[in-house]
Amino acid sequence: MNKKPVNMPDHTAVSPLHAQGITVAYHKQPVVQNVSFKLDEGRLVALIGPNGAGKSTLLKAMLGLVPAIRGEVSVYGQPYASQRKRIGYVPQRESVDWDFPTNALDVVLMGTYGRLGWFRRPGRQEREIAIESLSKVGMADYANRQISQLSGGQQQRVFLARALAQQADLYLMDEPFAGVDAATEKAIITLLEQLKQQGKTVLVVHHDLSTVEAYFDDVLLLNRELIAAGPVEMVFNTEMLQRTYGGRLTFLQDSGSMIMTGK
Amino acid sequence: MSSDFWIMLTAALMSASCGLLGCFLILRKMALIGDAISHAVLPGIAIAFLLSGGRDSMAMMIGATALGLIAVFLIQWLQSSGIQSDASIGIIFTALFAVGVILVSLNARNIDLDLDCVLFGEIAYVQWDTWMMNGIDMGPRSVWMLGFALLVILTLLGLFYKQFKITAFDPAMAAACGIPVMLFHYLLMGMVSMTSVASFESVGAILVVGMLVIPAATAYLLTDRLGRMLIYSVIVGVVSSIVGYYTAYILNASIGGSIVTIAGIFFIITFLLSPRHGILFRKLQQKRIASSMTSN
Repeated sequence: MNKKPVNMPDHTAVSPLHAQGITVAYHKQPVVQNVSFKLDEGRLVALIGPNGAGKSTLLKAMLGLVPAIRGEVSVYGQPYASQRKRIGYVPQRESVDWDFPTNALDVVLMGTYGRLGWFRRPGRQEREIAIESLSKVGMADYANRQISQLSGGQQQRVFLARALAQQADLYLMDEPFAGVDAATEKAIITLLEQLKQQGKTVLVVHHDLSTVEAYFDDVLLLNRELIAAGPVEMVFNTEMLQRTYGGRLTFLQDSGSMIMTGK
Repeated sequence: MSSDFWIMLTAALMSASCGLLGCFLILRKMALIGDAISHAVLPGIAIAFLLSGGRDSMAMMIGATALGLIAVFLIQWLQSSGIQSDASIGIIFTALFAVGVILVSLNARNIDLDLDCVLFGEIAYVQWDTWMMNGIDMGPRSVWMLGFALLVILTLLGLFYKQFKITAFDPAMAAACGIPVMLFHYLLMGMVSMTSVASFESVGAILVVGMLVIPAATAYLLTDRLGRMLIYSVIVGVVSSIVGYYTAYILNASIGGSIVTIAGIFFIITFLLSPRHGILFRKLQQKRIASSMTSN
């Protein structure tokens, strides 16, 4: 693949993730309607929208975890199914039982399972990858810690390390910043920057509007339908947010600076 | 060989199989599915009995496994159609079990299969129900069936340990990596069905559930690693079998009932005293923290 300057979207390259007309319905009620977008390589992209906008559902539909009644997803120009090994998925932390009898290193090792195929077991090489991934999120000291003994933020970092162990090119993360401590938030941001520098593409379901401009390059605004998509400086403005959040957007005047919350 | 030996071997094989599978069932929060399967296999056994005209072990295993999988499939179908999860399980397993009861009672005149045996087991008689091959006595049939079930379980869990583990912990992530989650789900359910039918005659349908859930739940309280949990679960099951057998012998009571009762007692002792998760130690720890806070 051609080397290209960081931060400069290359529109001639194949898109890491191209969604066309994704529609998902639960019990005849459409929860995601006709969503189409194209990500540029090497960008950090926020997927934002109000609660119930279908953000997680869209992510899961693209991964084939919930059935889309219509739509197509291509990854690096190929059908999704053939590109699974290039995708790292970070589910919501609450989606698993953290009382499961296992330790942090073991969870991270699960990131290597996809590559191992049907019969191979994780060996020394996989172990090294897992330990390296843990240290990238500042969790190397907790490798042998039972996962229920970790704090919420530490559990989130273990999940991120597992995605790193997948050694993917495209990462889809579902609310990694939800309910984490300041140290974890900082660790995640550092990690996202590192991934970007390696030319990886990251799509993050995000809920905190006040940090969008600081953390991300591009933004997708979703409320069942895609409201807008593009670089933060072009799309992330009051008008578009009003259209996405409707009456749920409130502005708080705080000593001259604007804080926006969209719950 | 003595009847004591055969009874304890049968019970130990059954406990080992149930203990291994039970770990995955409780980690997937599917203990009730184990209950459902162990009952739903009854019509499969009755049909196999009818078709083969006798106690053909292979036919019974196949019939029961098929019915177990059908039950799991029907439960999932009801759930995805909007019926509540616990109601779906309740509907399917009682309905299938009832059909099995009818089939067994209809044919009671022609075939030697009685409801008491199906429900409560006849482990005391295992050594007289032997497998004859070419006129040679190969030993108790139950031991062969349970040994075969255990071999299948060890082989599948050994080959696909990582898949069974990840699909239990995080099925969404497993599916996203391309691991066929449903295949491993049905493999597990198939193994539970097979074990249920193989265990039927020793402890009966009702007590199979106990051996699927209790040793695994006990092991869960004793360790933080899945591999050890599997081993502890087998140990708890096998020890319960042996202690349960001698208890039954001393009390002159039901062997199956004694085995599960002993397993239940082990669970309660562990629940109270386990250094990791036991409530006694947790209380002590809380007291220590509280007193250190007041002394500071």
